[in-house]
Amino acid sequence: MMTAPTPPSVAWLLHLNALVGGMFLLTSFGLVAIRQVQGCVRLYVLQSVLLAASALLLGALLQTWHLYAVGVLDVVSKAVLIPLLLRRSLHDEIHMRREITQVFNIPTALLLALALAITAFFLSGPMLAEAPHDPAAGVNLPIGLAGLFLGGLTAVARREAVPLLLGLLSMESAAFFAGMALAPELPLMAEVSVAFDVLVLVFVVGVLTRAVHERTGTTAVGAMTTLREGPSV
Amino acid sequence: MGRTLLFNLLQVAVVLVFAPLAAGVLARLKEMVQSKRGPSVFQPYRDLRKLFHKDEVVSDQTSWIFRFAPYLVFVTPLLVTLLIPVLTDYPLFFAFMGDMLGGGFILALGGFFATLAAVDTGNPFGPVGASRTRMVGFLAEPVFMIVFFTVSFVAGSTIPYIVQQTWVTPLANFFAPSHVLLLLAFLMLILAEGGRIPVDNPTGHFELAMIDESKTLEYSGRGMALMKWGGHMKLFVLMCIYLNVLVAPWGLAHERTLAAVLIAIPLILFKILCFLLVLVVIESSLAKLRLFRITEFLGAAFVGAVVAMISRLFAF
Repeated sequence: MMTAPTPPSVAWLLHLNALVGGMFLLTSFGLVAIRQVQGCVRLYVLQSVLLAASALLLGALLQTWHLYAVGVLDVVSKAVLIPLLLRRSLHDEIHMRREITQVFNIPTALLLALALAITAFFLSGPMLAEAPHDPAAGVNLPIGLAGLFLGGLTAVARREAVPLLLGLLSMESAAFFAGMALAPELPLMAEVSVAFDVLVLVFVVGVLTRAVHERTGTTAVGAMTTLREGPSV
Repeated sequence: MGRTLLFNLLQVAVVLVFAPLAAGVLARLKEMVQSKRGPSVFQPYRDLRKLFHKDEVVSDQTSWIFRFAPYLVFVTPLLVTLLIPVLTDYPLFFAFMGDMLGGGFILALGGFFATLAAVDTGNPFGPVGASRTRMVGFLAEPVFMIVFFTVSFVAGSTIPYIVQQTWVTPLANFFAPSHVLLLLAFLMLILAEGGRIPVDNPTGHFELAMIDESKTLEYSGRGMALMKWGGHMKLFVLMCIYLNVLVAPWGLAHERTLAAVLIAIPLILFKILCFLLVLVVIESSLAKLRLFRITEFLGAAFVGAVVAMISRLFAF
């Protein structure tokens, strides 16, 4: 792979893609560690924009229009529609509850996240060695894998409904971030259906959260660990 | 040989003379953001002059450390200046006397004695501030180590003059993720070490909330002037390292003539002005963190630095 000298524009695109990847990983860490619900939503929007940027860069690098379409679709669905939907269904909750409670304290969560990220980088080494791949996969696979783990950690560690949901959504983004470089010729239909799936997911969880809020007066779902006997409220 | 020695001493003079100016400009800019006029940018010079002319009062309960510390705080940034590129992009006379780790140790020595001096006095606020400074210090230490490790790993050297070249040759290296993440981590480190706003409020007058300032509470006259001047120079040196070694290694003198070196002086001042503008934006838009949230702030810096390292180590 390193035999042919790469033209300067390709090197630039690869570097920019690596930079976008680094920022993507940082936003994943931010989703684990940031305290404000509103901040989490903003970070998720930023992450989606970075995902789209990587799609566009890879599109330019690999010369496929698929990835351009993926980028545009990504911005429309994740950076615009999902925050809009969240804000409409959970308007008060996002603005009222400022601090999120966590299962671990934040430094512990960050250290766990770091360990997960390093594991992801270790794991992707043998994976990349198995199959022939284009150079961008060297960035996208480990970072996407790390994002997947960190999204899972977010979904486990948070005790608040909206950040939990954002953890799940960022797992999906991360899977896509890795997938783009491995299978750039994925049929566009797959991405379209995933985008709509995610929208439906947000809608369902939004309605569910609202119902929880009406029943218990809070969306701190981490508190709901015991069953309650007797007639419901 | 004699010429590089001269340029090296010129660097020291630049830091010595312009460090209070940078502090004055920063204070003025902050006041302007708050819709106030603010003191003149030359106010720090006037303060220093006034303090040097005042009598010094030293408690007879203190030991030699208290009298010794201001000189050390004053001298250590100047020693570091001998090692780092301030004006030129080629190594000067003392450049190989110590590497970046050595510079870090020298700066830490000044901080260590300032802490000891604060504990030395009977003032109850001194030890409080001193222990808080140590807390911030040992949280910042791992970040510094990782940043240092990554920088020297990428550049293959620990001498700052050599490190600065690797980020821009070729220019695409500038956008490598490890570089950009290191910039973020080091910026957070400067905010913590310089006692700037998300970590500490340098203009606060409330002793219970102080971290850095409470160490100078007992000083007066000449000792206070040296402590203040040393503090200005420490920030100036940190900014020089950040700007010249990590962010923008442009605008440094390349020819070995006096004229080229003199032209480099306004250029470095311009770069520092740009950095001060960023600092003003940060300081004006963030609130001071509660003491036990500093762990999270520096934890984030640590994560940034480690991500920079692994994105470099595992470059497939």
